[in-house]
Formats: sequence, C-alpha cells, structure tokens
Amino acid sequence: MILYFLSLALFVMGLYCLVAKKNIIKKVIGIVITEYSINMFLILVGYRDGGIAPVLMKGMDNSEIAAGSVDPLPQALVLTSIVIGLGVLALMVSICLRLYEKYKTFDMSEIKRLRG
Amino acid sequence: MQGYYPLFTALPLAMAFLNLLVSKLSKKVSDYFAFLVMAVLAGMSIKMLFVQPFTYQVGGWAPPWGILLVSDGLSSMILAVINIIGLLSMVFSISYMNTYTAKPKYYTLFLLMVAGMNGVVITGDFFNMYVFLEIASIASYALVGFGCEREELEASFKYLILGGVASTAVLFGIAFLYSMTGTLNMPDVAHQLEFMEMNRAIAFVLAMFIMGFGLKASTVPFHAWLPDAHPSAPAPISAMLSGVLIKALGVYAIARVMFHVFGPNDMISAIMMFLGALSMLVGVIMAVGQSDFKRMLAYHSISQMGYVTIGLGLGLNPNVSPAIAAFGLLGGLFHLANHAVFKSCLFLSSGSFEFRTGTRNKFEMGGLIRRMPVTSATCSIASLSISGVPPFNGFWSKLIIIAAFIQAALYSQGDSKVWFMIYGIIAVFVAFMTLISFVRLQKSVIFGKLPERFASLREAPFSMVVPLIILAALCLGIGIAYPFIHDTLLEAAKDALLDKVSYVNLLIGS
Repeated sequence: MILYFLSLALFVMGLYCLVAKKNIIKKVIGIVITEYSINMFLILVGYRDGGIAPVLMKGMDNSEIAAGSVDPLPQALVLTSIVIGLGVLALMVSICLRLYEKYKTFDMSEIKRLRG
Repeated sequence: MQGYYPLFTALPLAMAFLNLLVSKLSKKVSDYFAFLVMAVLAGMSIKMLFVQPFTYQVGGWAPPWGILLVSDGLSSMILAVINIIGLLSMVFSISYMNTYTAKPKYYTLFLLMVAGMNGVVITGDFFNMYVFLEIASIASYALVGFGCEREELEASFKYLILGGVASTAVLFGIAFLYSMTGTLNMPDVAHQLEFMEMNRAIAFVLAMFIMGFGLKASTVPFHAWLPDAHPSAPAPISAMLSGVLIKALGVYAIARVMFHVFGPNDMISAIMMFLGALSMLVGVIMAVGQSDFKRMLAYHSISQMGYVTIGLGLGLNPNVSPAIAAFGLLGGLFHLANHAVFKSCLFLSSGSFEFRTGTRNKFEMGGLIRRMPVTSATCSIASLSISGVPPFNGFWSKLIIIAAFIQAALYSQGDSKVWFMIYGIIAVFVAFMTLISFVRLQKSVIFGKLPERFASLREAPFSMVVPLIILAALCLGIGIAYPFIHDTLLEAAKDALLDKVSYVNLLIGS
C-alpha cells in the first residue's frame, strides 16, 4: 500500500515542480517526474507479491504461469510509455534550447511576449 | 472496405516518413505526394459514410486480447470531418508554406498529426487511444513552434507543458481503470463496469479523464494554452488545430469514453454542462477585446466548443426525457461538424489576408473587399455562419442546442429546471455576443477605408483560394441541405453514441 502512496507522492512532487519553478529546464524535469510516477504505478498494478517472471519455461504449463506470475501487460505498456516519454523529452529539450537562443535566459518569468 | 480500415492511420503514418525520402529526390514531388495521400484519405472517409457499422480485429486476435478497431456512425462522421478539412488545409499549404523553410518536414508532421487523429477515432482500445493521442499531440507541439520565432517557441512550450500534463492524466486514468477491470478493451471495460457500484476509484478515473481530455479540448478552466498556441501556428495548422484537433482528441474522446464506457450519469452531465457554459461565456468575453485577428478566432474556438460540450452534457443526463437528451446531443454533434467547417474557413481566410498584407492586426487592415474580393467574401460567409445567421449552417446547430435546453427546462422537474433555463439563456446571449464580435471584425477588415500601402494588393494565389471557396460553399450547403444531413449523417452518429448496449455487444459479436 505504501508504494502506491509513494508513486502518488512522486506525481504530486512533479506537479509542484511544474507549477512552482520558474526555470524551464526544471519544468521539463517536473514533467518527466510525473511521467515516471505513472510508469511506477503501472508496474505496481501488475505486481504480485512473490510472483515469478511471466516467461513460459520448459516443463511449465499455462496454468502455472497464470497462477504464479506477475501481470506482463503493464510491463509492455510501460515500455511504450517510456518510449513516448523519450520523444516528448527530446522535443521539450530542443524547444528549451531554441528558447535560450532567442531569449538568452531559461527564466520563464522573462519569457512572456504573449499575454491576455 | 472493412479490410482497409486500419489504413486510415497506417497510410499517413507510413507516408509521413516516405515523404521525407521522396523530398530528397525532388522538392516539387513531395508537395503532390502529401496532397495525394490526403486526397486518398478524404475519398476513403467519404466512402466510409455509407458503410454499415463493423469491427476489425488487428492481427486477427479476438477481443478482449487483441486491439479492436470500431466503425460506427460517430466515428464515420468524425473521420469525414478530419480528412476533408485535412485535405483542404493541405491544398492551402502548398502556396502558403512557401514563406517557410523545410516544407517537406512540415508535410511529415502534418501527416503524422492526421495519423494520430484518425487513430484516436477508429480505435476501441484504451492504451491504443493514448498512443495515438500522443502521436497527434507531439506532431502538433512541433507544428505550433514551426516558425521558430520568439512567440511561436514560447506558445509551443506552454502548449507542450500543459499537453504533457493532460497526457499524463489520461494515462493515470487508464492505469486506474486497468487495475480495476483487468482489461484495456473499451467494450470489455464498459461490460465490467456495469457490475460495479459508483465508488471513489471510478470517481477518480472520471476526474482524471475530464481533466486530461478537457485540457486537450480546452474547456475553460484548462484553456490557457489555446489562445497562444493556435494563432502562433502557420494558418493551415491553426485551421487544423482549431477545426479538428481539439475535437478529435478532446471532445470525441470524452464523448466516446463517457457515453460508451461509463454510461449516462448525473454527475458527469452536470460537470460537462457547467464547463460548457463557462467556456462559452469566458471565451466570447475574452474574444471581444482582441486586436489580433487569429487570437480573436482562437478565443471564439473556446466559446464555440462550449456549445458542443454543453450539448453532449445534456445528452448524458439520465433525468430528462430521452428524446430531449437525444436532441441536445444531436445539436452538439452538428455544431462540432459545423464548427470544423466555418472555423477552418476563418483561419484560412486570416492566413490568406496575412499572406498578402503581412499583418494580423485587424485594425491595420481595412477595405480589403476591393483588393481581395474572394477571400473577403468567404471570410464574410464564415463569419455569418459562426454568428448563427439563418441560411448558414451555424444557425441550425445553435437553434437545436438552445431549443433542447428550453425544452429540458419546460419538461423536467426539480432544481435542474432552473439550471437548464440559465444554460439556455447563456447560449442565446453568447450567440448575440459572437455576432457583435464578428460584425466588428467585418467592419475593420473587409469594409471601411483601404490603407494606402495596400493599394496595389492582389488576390491570394489560386491554390489558397480554392479551399476557401469550397469551405464557404460547405457553410452555405450544409445550412440549406440541413434536412438531408440530419437524416443521413447526424441521426446515425447520435444513435451510435446513445446505444451503449450494442457497443458492449461488439465484444461478443465480432
């Protein structure tokens, strides 16, 4: 149970970082933290205490896997979500670099030409 | 047609990258290549309108293990909207994007965005929906910042941060649903949820979905990114973002999930109607004072999407009589299609004006009807349509929504009566404010005195004028042919959305 709350705490910390920090790199880190907290949560959803790896070895039958293994589906989901997260991160960092080229600062409070 | 269904997302996805290779050989070919892909998709989507509902199992895996693609009245309608507007925006970009560098990369991002949106619409699997949502979103973040100027990068960064939060919220909701039901297949999840009482976990999932999809649809408390992001993009992309993206990723997804997975519910209905009314009011009030042409249109997008949300909210309400709920839902869906047509026409017109005059400030323009008659005419038609002037399409959908709310107020009991009346009055008031705002726009841009520096202006190039004329004709045509559209398209979409039972039965039927 405590692990679920830890992943929620991580999510909230990421959101806090996103809202409170002015440095855009720190905002990017905040987004990444929230993403990872969800990934952890997904792994926890499929986790089973004392479960075995969901691999069909020689001499095992299907019912043994079904009874004893952790859920393999969330792991596949997490892989996909990590790859998507990488794509978003690359885009975010490249936009940050372009912003730095134009404004010469990473401070969000100085990057405000759009208002209203 | 059934076997070709995955092509709606597979074709643009493959061609997006093939297009980059083609552009190494010849820049000219890549223009026509992207146009051809969109033309094929638009043709397929029109053909889909006449196909009976069916399901497609990806890779032959039976549900609930495999990914299920679902085609019904609703998805056919949204596919047609996406791909036709996409084709017209693509035609518009052929000349317009000459002012930018790296045109082939633009086409790649454009096709990726279309692939993502089509994927969200055709899928019947939660995680698949999330992946396509992200494909479309990432492509749109990049397209908003495509010009790489200061404002564009800033808008793109804002959009990226808020869009990232939205995607995370959606994924959180999906993870929760999976932990409750043990499946990702949408009909199966709906089936499992029927055995559960409303509990805190479901309420949390609902909150996450409303926040996540609400951010993508930019309903009001979540709207901060839209007025920056939509004007900053190149004009055809503004048309795609405002006309299609916020509908496919936001409103369509929320409708599909709320109607088919969770089913009609008092609480969701009240929240959606409240958010819709708030969006309508805030959007239109913010729009009146804007001097930037495209920024004003972006605020109107927020307000018009409020009409769609409020119509869907009435459709979700289990307490009013089913006929009235269905009527409100029909109005919402019709307004969704209409908004796609007139808002993309307005954004493309603004792009056409900007292409020739070099400014987006509406007070610097004036008297353009003498120099750019076609663009001015189409802009006028679309403005009349968005303000709800009778022969045009916007009138009918607004009329249906307002009539549905007045009926709901008259024929229901209890406290909700007053609320329905208030929402109806807000809808009338917002329509009036929209009219004022667009009359002012007409006065300062199209009529009035022509500034001297624009004396030698010419009409926009042919490939930019053609999509404008088609869209303006659609505004008028849909308005006049309303009874026909109502019987064929809208009824099918509405029935599909209200029929939760047969959606759940897709699991067994296929």
